[in-house]
Amino acid sequence: MSAPLYAEIGYFEPWWMQIAKALAIFLVVFNMVPMALLADRKLLGRFQHRYGPTRVGPFGLLQAVADIGKLLFKQQFVPRDSRKWLFIAAPIISMVTAAATLAIIPFSDTVDIFGVKTGLYGVDPSIGILFAFAFGGIAFYGLMLGGWSSNSKYSFLGSMRAAAQLISYEIAQGLSIIGVIMMVGSLSLVDIVTWQEQNVWLFIPQFVGWLVFLVAGFAETNRPPFDLAEGEAELVGGYFTEYSGGRFAAFFAAEYLNMVVVSLLFTTIFFGGWDVPFWDQPNWIEPIVVLAKMWVFIFFFIWVRATLPRLRYDQLMSFGWKILLPLATLNALVTAVLVVVLD
Amino acid sequence: MPYDPGDDVVVIHQPREGAASGTFRAFAATLKGLKMTFSRAVEGTTTIGYPEEKTPVYPRFRGRHKLHRFEDTGLEKCVGCSLCAAACPADCIRVVAAENTPENRVSAGERYAAVYEINLSRCIFCGYCEIACPFDAITLGHDYEMADYNRSDLIFTKEMLLAEPLERTPLRTPDE
Repeated sequence: MSAPLYAEIGYFEPWWMQIAKALAIFLVVFNMVPMALLADRKLLGRFQHRYGPTRVGPFGLLQAVADIGKLLFKQQFVPRDSRKWLFIAAPIISMVTAAATLAIIPFSDTVDIFGVKTGLYGVDPSIGILFAFAFGGIAFYGLMLGGWSSNSKYSFLGSMRAAAQLISYEIAQGLSIIGVIMMVGSLSLVDIVTWQEQNVWLFIPQFVGWLVFLVAGFAETNRPPFDLAEGEAELVGGYFTEYSGGRFAAFFAAEYLNMVVVSLLFTTIFFGGWDVPFWDQPNWIEPIVVLAKMWVFIFFFIWVRATLPRLRYDQLMSFGWKILLPLATLNALVTAVLVVVLD
Repeated sequence: MPYDPGDDVVVIHQPREGAASGTFRAFAATLKGLKMTFSRAVEGTTTIGYPEEKTPVYPRFRGRHKLHRFEDTGLEKCVGCSLCAAACPADCIRVVAAENTPENRVSAGERYAAVYEINLSRCIFCGYCEIACPFDAITLGHDYEMADYNRSDLIFTKEMLLAEPLERTPLRTPDE
């Protein structure tokens, strides 16, 4: 499939619409980060028979704001022996790469806004998912440089673990969606969602692919049970041991933003994006549907965090290379054969 | 004689190791764990939100001391005998007695406590003062919220101990 040019799509977006869309998507989804942070603490409490934060605001709803505010007002300490500009750049890289993937998440198909036809997504590049993986690849520089430039052995160990873990699981994650790409015949996320709207949600035919993507998604976001990069028991805090104040907040927010983004990718690739089955939903409800499905996955992330203990390092590696990678490859192979045979 | 555990030994058969069965077991165990944590979440909380909700105390809970008066005459029960101070293992009670006069009758006995101080930062709430008192003039109440910013504020004088205490602590009902 060739890239859909503006001429082919038949409409052109004015510049103000692009800026408005970018702002709207960023502000809405970025506001999910403190909500995810609060949900994390509240739900973890519930899973452990306790309340979680209740002091700040009604029912503790402003806890995340208080957390972030406290971190922003703290001293931003830079270790004397650190590589200063890398030390400062690392959290920014983490943040920016996490936010960049938001651009390709489709919230709805093309709609009319004030007489202008526009798609409710930042961009719809023909490389689609590869865009997300490219930024996932850059994201690990944030962790890596953050740990290395701190000039501390714990940070260094944490970043080494993060590097090995992210690279190993990126392969399995990439292979797991090859089945999806073969079935849909396009890399574009909008095409993937439209295909699911017309046929079936892809987690049913691509069940193995979905499971592999799910597990690899946990590893990619450094969430428990794959948070070895953090490893607070043995590494103090992993790659962000030496960070404090706003830079620590940036790493922290990037972790939750990654969780939000991966949940959005799950929704888009395997759970039909904006589609509601057996109902011809109106356009305005579609972004809400996407966000609702995203919250289901965020709940699942927190649920798993409350359940599973952290893996040992050799378990992590053997799980990634000996189980997930062969499974993903097998899934791609079987899908390829079935796609050829059934067509 | 060598140690023979006999029939008490329970032999545990380790599950066979293998990639497929191992993966399946890990998957099943994960689902089991997820079910476990979720059922804990719907059970509700066992902790309580402390300053708003308080654990009710038992009737014989030993909290902050109270001094008593006779209800009919309004005279103090304490006669300044210092038996409580003698019984106190933490040595936190100070009593200075004075003579009652017809013009100034404070207690029902011959003497009364001119000074009665309890240093609550030393008190261990053993209740020996309560046992030692021949007139039931001092008892231990239910209040356990005595945190303060100054050590000197924790020395309770006679007026503070005689005052009707704020009932801040819920009492347990008999069936609790």
